[in-house]
Amino acid sequence: MNTPALLELRGIGKKFPGVVALAGVDFTVRAGEIHALLGENGAGKSTLIKVLTGVYSADAGELRLAGRVIRPAAPKDAERLGISTVYQEVNLVPSLSVAENITLGRQPGRLGFLNWRAFRRRAAAALARLEVKCDVDAELGSLSVAMQQMVAIARALDTSARLLVLDEPTASLDEKEVAELFGIMRKLRAEGMGIVFVTHFLDQVYAVSDRLTVLRNGQLVGEYATADLSRLALVGKMLGREVSAADFTSHAAAPAVTTQPVLAARGLSRRGAIAPVDLALQPGEVVGLGGLLGSGRTETARLLFGIDVRDAGEISVKGAPVRITSPRDAVRLGLAFCSEDRKGEGILPNLSVRENLIFALQGKRGVLRALSRGEQEQLCEHYIKALRIKTADAETPIKNLSGGNQQKVLLARWLATQPAVIILDEPTRGIDIGAKQEIEQLIAKLRSDGLAVLFISSEIDEVVRNCSRVLVLRERRLTGEIAGAGLNSENLMHLMAGTHEAQS
Amino acid sequence: MKPKAKSPIFWPLAGLVALVLLNAVHDLGFLKITLLDGHLYGVPVDILTQGSRTMLVALGMTLVIATGGVDLSVGSVVAIAGAVCAVLLQGGHSLAVTLAAAIGTGLLAGSANGLLVARLGVQPIVATLILMVAGRGVAQLIVDGQVIIIKSPSFEFLANGFLLGVPFAPLLVIALYAATHFALRRTALGLFIEAVGDNETASRFAGLAAARIKALAYIFCGACAGLAGVLAAANIRAADAYRAGENMELDAIFAVVVGGTALTGGRFVILGTAIGALLIQTLTTTMYNLGVPPAIAPVPKALLIIGVSLLQSEKVGRWLGGLWPKKEAA
Ligand SMILES: Nc1ncnc2c1ncn2[C@@H]1O[C@H](COP(=O)(O)OP(=O)(O)OP(=O)(O)O)[C@@H](O)[C@H]1O
Ligand SMILES: [Mg+2]
Repeated sequence: MNTPALLELRGIGKKFPGVVALAGVDFTVRAGEIHALLGENGAGKSTLIKVLTGVYSADAGELRLAGRVIRPAAPKDAERLGISTVYQEVNLVPSLSVAENITLGRQPGRLGFLNWRAFRRRAAAALARLEVKCDVDAELGSLSVAMQQMVAIARALDTSARLLVLDEPTASLDEKEVAELFGIMRKLRAEGMGIVFVTHFLDQVYAVSDRLTVLRNGQLVGEYATADLSRLALVGKMLGREVSAADFTSHAAAPAVTTQPVLAARGLSRRGAIAPVDLALQPGEVVGLGGLLGSGRTETARLLFGIDVRDAGEISVKGAPVRITSPRDAVRLGLAFCSEDRKGEGILPNLSVRENLIFALQGKRGVLRALSRGEQEQLCEHYIKALRIKTADAETPIKNLSGGNQQKVLLARWLATQPAVIILDEPTRGIDIGAKQEIEQLIAKLRSDGLAVLFISSEIDEVVRNCSRVLVLRERRLTGEIAGAGLNSENLMHLMAGTHEAQS
Repeated sequence: MKPKAKSPIFWPLAGLVALVLLNAVHDLGFLKITLLDGHLYGVPVDILTQGSRTMLVALGMTLVIATGGVDLSVGSVVAIAGAVCAVLLQGGHSLAVTLAAAIGTGLLAGSANGLLVARLGVQPIVATLILMVAGRGVAQLIVDGQVIIIKSPSFEFLANGFLLGVPFAPLLVIALYAATHFALRRTALGLFIEAVGDNETASRFAGLAAARIKALAYIFCGACAGLAGVLAAANIRAADAYRAGENMELDAIFAVVVGGTALTGGRFVILGTAIGALLIQTLTTTMYNLGVPPAIAPVPKALLIIGVSLLQSEKVGRWLGGLWPKKEAA
């Protein structure tokens, strides 16, 4: 062997009540390589990482770091051994400042006194390394999910690590930020660090990784050199079935015949969030909301759904002006909104998959018209099958599901309300390629059933594939619209970046 | 192999049984129940009767804690409701009017708490602390600083009477527990309360009137405290604005937590709360029987609570599980 293995996991097994999350998994990372860890939702990627970092203890197997057997009992142990980790669910403290979050648990200081100046300097340096512009004194919770993600990465880079573990770090980043992160990863690789990288974006796998390991249902499928494996072959390994390129064709159909818009807004605005926006959704239409991070896409969705109070503007549903001052109003009018912040605004972590799934429907029906247990179970059975949600059973607390499967439950929650309009904010975030394809098919089906969909995604290709029309936002105002033949990734990118005039 | 999840009431129930056994070993008479004049008497009956007020307050507290809050004002509400009863009965009002006024007082107090917490976003501890402190003063004002003696047999019946030989107060409280259970579990209210406690933002985003649900919990808790005030006043046939309901908020919180409902909100266990309240009352009675001076009485109470809470904790469970490794079924 030319390069010695930095990390060697042998025969790792891990069981949870009702689920075998890992069985006999081998995993090897060499110094100076970027190693992608791939697999479907619930394949066991995050569990493997948590075993490695001491969050869980393995039921079977052995861990070696640079040849020495290690048994991390807590994340702190792993950190001391030089394993630095960014977990899938950002687990920082929202009420503390950026600087505090970055240095938490490893505060510089002497004799028990904290040196705040050193704190802030270190945090600023860590962020500068990522070329992130961010106030180190800002409260973390006030930042966007993407920014929080960058802070988590900065924190991981702040230690002198030998192994860096990144569990879906790019799920909420845009292309520019991803490019910056990749630059850093390449630099660290050149310095001899080993990097484990989990993602569902195949482009990114091919862009940075040297080798890759595929898991399926908690089992090892194999380890490959990235360059030796074609895309289709890789997808085949992940899903365990043959796939053809035809599965990823455009779903966007011609816009429906213009009838009365099912949802329309005029002059919708809120100071500091979004300048007046007009939009109208026809039944059976998938409209994209394009733009870079912070362009005001989520803000627009929140105004439509009554989460934030609008300063001005009117909303009408099926032609009739309506009053929407809370999500409750919106839900009763047949709107649905799947938030981008799964952990903070989506799941009820300690409640079961069943309770999470029926929750919005029950809320719509009110307190008294309770769904019977039988009805609830029927709904669960239907959606667990239809969306291929991987869970031990419907009574499992949702927090025990893998990230992608939680996302599917939230989608099911809204579909169960049989909405007329559904707003999807980054619905495919953290979802594996098979499920992504299923969700795209689902959107196509919803559209043909006459639903209107407002689709927000940072993946330009995804927007182009699914939407018949895209409204583009830039710097918190509506700057243009693309539809029909003009709708391709290049035009959209230009319009988003502002290097090209609108053609609406 | 699928390990069965341990029922949340396992440890409090085990604690209660252990305590009763301990008492029985110390003094066999402890378990004796006699029938006198067609009425049941004995220490267990006493525990039920005396514990009924804590049970009642803890019932309301369960829902408040499930929403992620806490109500510190219940003890003061007990005092106010008792004072209202005494004054009205003294003024010659009927029992029905008196009861309605006492429970109305509780509803009002709960509404004030609910308004502060749910609508104005004041922290529950701070919001209810206001009424906890001010409430005693209000009670004093109502009775004009006096201890008012109540002479109404029908009123006294509520706390000390017997129905078909069984003490009335525990019967009433048990009926309320059953009614609450059905009201919460047969409708979606229980789910909504748990959801608000688990993740309020997500609940709201899913279309729930989260503030309304929270306010409702405080209002219900206030009503329970109001009725408990009636029972407390009827029990001693007097309204004592100083001492009525003293430390009751603590006992109620203990009962809820020991019963398996987490202080962080979310899942609640109504049956657990009832057992928790009985556990605390049994301990109080035990110490009284053993002649433990009141000054050190809180110590065993604290030990018991720590013990049960530790046994419920996942971390300790894992640690104990490590000491006695389970046999792995292949
Ligand atoms: N704490 C837990 N308790 C019970 N089951 C769990 C727990 N954590 C994970 N699981 C189960 O283990 C399996 C593997 O989950 P894991 O989170 O490792 O998947 P993943 O590959 O990271 O998926 P994703 O791409 O969706 O993040 C899933 O079936 C999940 O439901
Ligand atoms: Mg994962």
